Amino acid sequence: MTALPFEARRDQVHRKGDGAFRLACDRESLAGAVSQRACVFCGARVVLYPVADALHLVHGPVGCAAYTWDIRGALSSGPQLHRLSFSTDLREREVIFGGEEKLYRALTELIDRHRPAGAFVYSTCVVGLIGDDLGGVCKRVAAEQGIPVIPVRSEGFQGTKRAGYAAACEALFRLVGTGPTDGISPVSVNILGDFNLAGELWIVRSYLERMGVEVVANLTGDGRVAHIARCHGAALNLVQCSGATLALARRMEEAYGVPFRRVSYFGVDDMAEALYAVGEHFADRDPGLPGRARELVRGELSALEPRLRSIRADLEGRRVAIYVGGAFKAFSLVKAFRLLGMRTVIVGSQTGTAEDYRELHEITDPGTVIVDDTNPLELSALLLEQGTDLLVGGVKERPIAYKLGIGFCDHNHERKLPLAGFEGMLRFAEEVHRTVTSPVWRFAPRRTGTREVCHA
Amino acid sequence: MPESAAPAFVSTTNACHLCMPLGACLAFKGVEGGVPFLHGSQGCATYMRRYLISHYREPVDIASSSLGERQAVFGGGPNLRQGLWNVITAMRPRFIGVATTCLTETIGEEPGPLVEAFLAELAGKNPGVTLPRVVTVRTPSFGGTHTEGFRRAVRALLKALARPGPAGSHLNLLPGMASPADLRHLKDVVRAFGLEAAVIPDPSDPLDGPAWDTYTPVPPGGTPLEALQAAGRARATVAFGCAAGDASGPGALLRDRFGVELLPLPLPVGIRASDRFFATLEELSGRPTPRRIRAQRGRLVDAYVDAHKYLAGVRAAVVADEDLAAGLSGFLAETGIQVAYVATGDRSGILEGAVEAATAGLLRDPPAVRQGVDYHTVAEETRDLGLGLVVGTSKAYPLARDRGIPLVRVGFPIHDRFGAARQRLLGYSGAQDLFDRVVNALLAQRQEASDVGYGYL
Repeated sequence: MTALPFEARRDQVHRKGDGAFRLACDRESLAGAVSQRACVFCGARVVLYPVADALHLVHGPVGCAAYTWDIRGALSSGPQLHRLSFSTDLREREVIFGGEEKLYRALTELIDRHRPAGAFVYSTCVVGLIGDDLGGVCKRVAAEQGIPVIPVRSEGFQGTKRAGYAAACEALFRLVGTGPTDGISPVSVNILGDFNLAGELWIVRSYLERMGVEVVANLTGDGRVAHIARCHGAALNLVQCSGATLALARRMEEAYGVPFRRVSYFGVDDMAEALYAVGEHFADRDPGLPGRARELVRGELSALEPRLRSIRADLEGRRVAIYVGGAFKAFSLVKAFRLLGMRTVIVGSQTGTAEDYRELHEITDPGTVIVDDTNPLELSALLLEQGTDLLVGGVKERPIAYKLGIGFCDHNHERKLPLAGFEGMLRFAEEVHRTVTSPVWRFAPRRTGTREVCHA
Repeated sequence: MPESAAPAFVSTTNACHLCMPLGACLAFKGVEGGVPFLHGSQGCATYMRRYLISHYREPVDIASSSLGERQAVFGGGPNLRQGLWNVITAMRPRFIGVATTCLTETIGEEPGPLVEAFLAELAGKNPGVTLPRVVTVRTPSFGGTHTEGFRRAVRALLKALARPGPAGSHLNLLPGMASPADLRHLKDVVRAFGLEAAVIPDPSDPLDGPAWDTYTPVPPGGTPLEALQAAGRARATVAFGCAAGDASGPGALLRDRFGVELLPLPLPVGIRASDRFFATLEELSGRPTPRRIRAQRGRLVDAYVDAHKYLAGVRAAVVADEDLAAGLSGFLAETGIQVAYVATGDRSGILEGAVEAATAGLLRDPPAVRQGVDYHTVAEETRDLGLGLVVGTSKAYPLARDRGIPLVRVGFPIHDRFGAARQRLLGYSGAQDLFDRVVNALLAQRQEASDVGYGYL
């Protein structure tokens, strides 16, 4: 294998076939390595962000709120409050004397102005250090305003993004169980771990509704406070993006007896599996449901297959690298690329668990590199070594691919194309095709063997 | 009446400003062989990278000491050392710029002595190995905006690196946060006068480079360390911006420490501000403005005339960092656009005077000038101003969309258009580019709003 830049990270990179599989993960990022990860705040913020009728107030200096202003393409069918950026914008004074008073005034002012259905109050690094009593202020404002005001323990330094997911689940769990559950069908689900990027959740929801399944709440894509409050009345939790919402599903199972199933909506196989799972789960309550699931899948696939075949002809044998936030998406992508005749030669994530990586090791081909919490230097060395044609990632990975003359597909917060479901698979294939087959790569130094002059 | 007092704010909705470390990272990207390094939580570096990448569409590697819970309690020194070592060995930089964050400032950690001790230790262990220069700057997010962070970083660079010596004939040019294309233009212009000037900092190549054959975490280009050292021996410092003459700024540091004459100028946006810049270059070089540049001025005046009726009476709001806000106000006022409202997230308190100077004699009514405001306030206060145009960053898009008026995107950040790095604003030719964009934005608006669909406008 190419010499990698950081000795200390050697056990976080594994090539399938090189000895027994072991991959270190879930550890703090190596200082100075330029990790692609963010922080606890980021983890909490991305999960809660799509709750569209809540006020999301970031308690801290302005940066954390400014960098997350309208950052996700998490669509709402109604209110757009989640797209605004609210900060207590702490100054030196509050850092010295405490920010509780300012937080109280900010919450009151903003709730009066926007009349939200609820509020999430995020703590940031500074708040964790100066010791503001976030819970106390939230409690007071909740009592005065008559809406749920929920503290989110998301001090940036107190762990990795995973800790932020846990903080978000904790916050959501406080909301769950506070609403009425009457009128909910016995054949009903909550959708956990889909954030409605580019309207993806609506696709999944429409499949379920066509099958006759009621969706009680979306957590959190196109989410609403009142729906979340009553979602313990649903008969089943469908959990995608397990890193982000599995903890919530587990707590709901313990507290309310709502079972859960892990699913993914990316790629034909996983989407079909998810619908079959719902069909089977409710077969005793609605014997026709498994049949309707099969029928729906059959119909969607027959429309899809001829078009995928023609795209596949151009993509056959191309080599793909996948680097995403959570590993669940990587599983689906490996399968989706197989359907397109492409080979996954690198796969990694920011926050995968040992279990996630074992599964990735199982489903990938020999020679595939599996990597945890990588960085631009390491990833780029692997991309070149593996002769990659395409990188799937987010905004921070995009320039790495482009600079090196490699195609790129955004499968992160900013995507504008819904990639979930059967229609999403087709869109995904088309997007992959657009970038991989572009003529621009023939001018890239990597292909022409030239080196560009930088400055005159 | 112009208003300048910042409102008594409680919370910020859709901030017009960013945090200090981002500005410092931008400045450090402009040093040759440089890597920005944030001493703090991993998230800060990642968020800022993402923000900068979306503007420049280039890799922007910012290292972090990635402090966790233990380090927040027991101190971040060991992580800082490990992080610096990893950057030194993996990226081989000539320079590392370390900026603090809220986290490290709140725990009261001063990185300067930690860095010094570590470098001394490294030098002892590795005699003969050239270690990078490391400069530290204090930039807590709660202490100021990204513009302030940029200024502090430039000052820290000069404070640490500039050396005294016999005065040379070269100049220092402190342009502020200009686009790569404008920085290249400034260098061309200075050369055209036969002058030699160090642009400090100069991220034009690091943030707008060619395609690579291999990953280059420290791209070529930037102000050479030698030029930063020589800054103390320069003949004069030409510095742009409202605060260019400020006693706490980088230009004043060179003047007070080394006796380098400081020539503070407004950002050269538009004819009058550019005239002042070129007059200064004439004086410094003893040469007249080259024909090529005078011709640019001539064509710009001609264009102002050709388009003046399209612009007359259009009421505009400007939302930008303070230097640019002042420059844009002057430029727009020159064209006959009624600048009605000028806002910035910066809060140094000098914008009002700068706008007044830039627009003197050009506007019937002075604009409202607002500092330290957010986009919520801007939206509220401009509701009844009859705006026909917004000139500002892409974050003003929701405002323009809400009013159904065009937004001409300038400055930083621009996250919803292509080519931000190639945007031109400065000098006569920059004003020409900007002018054409403004006129065409208004023409397009008029054409689309018309039932007729005129083919000649």
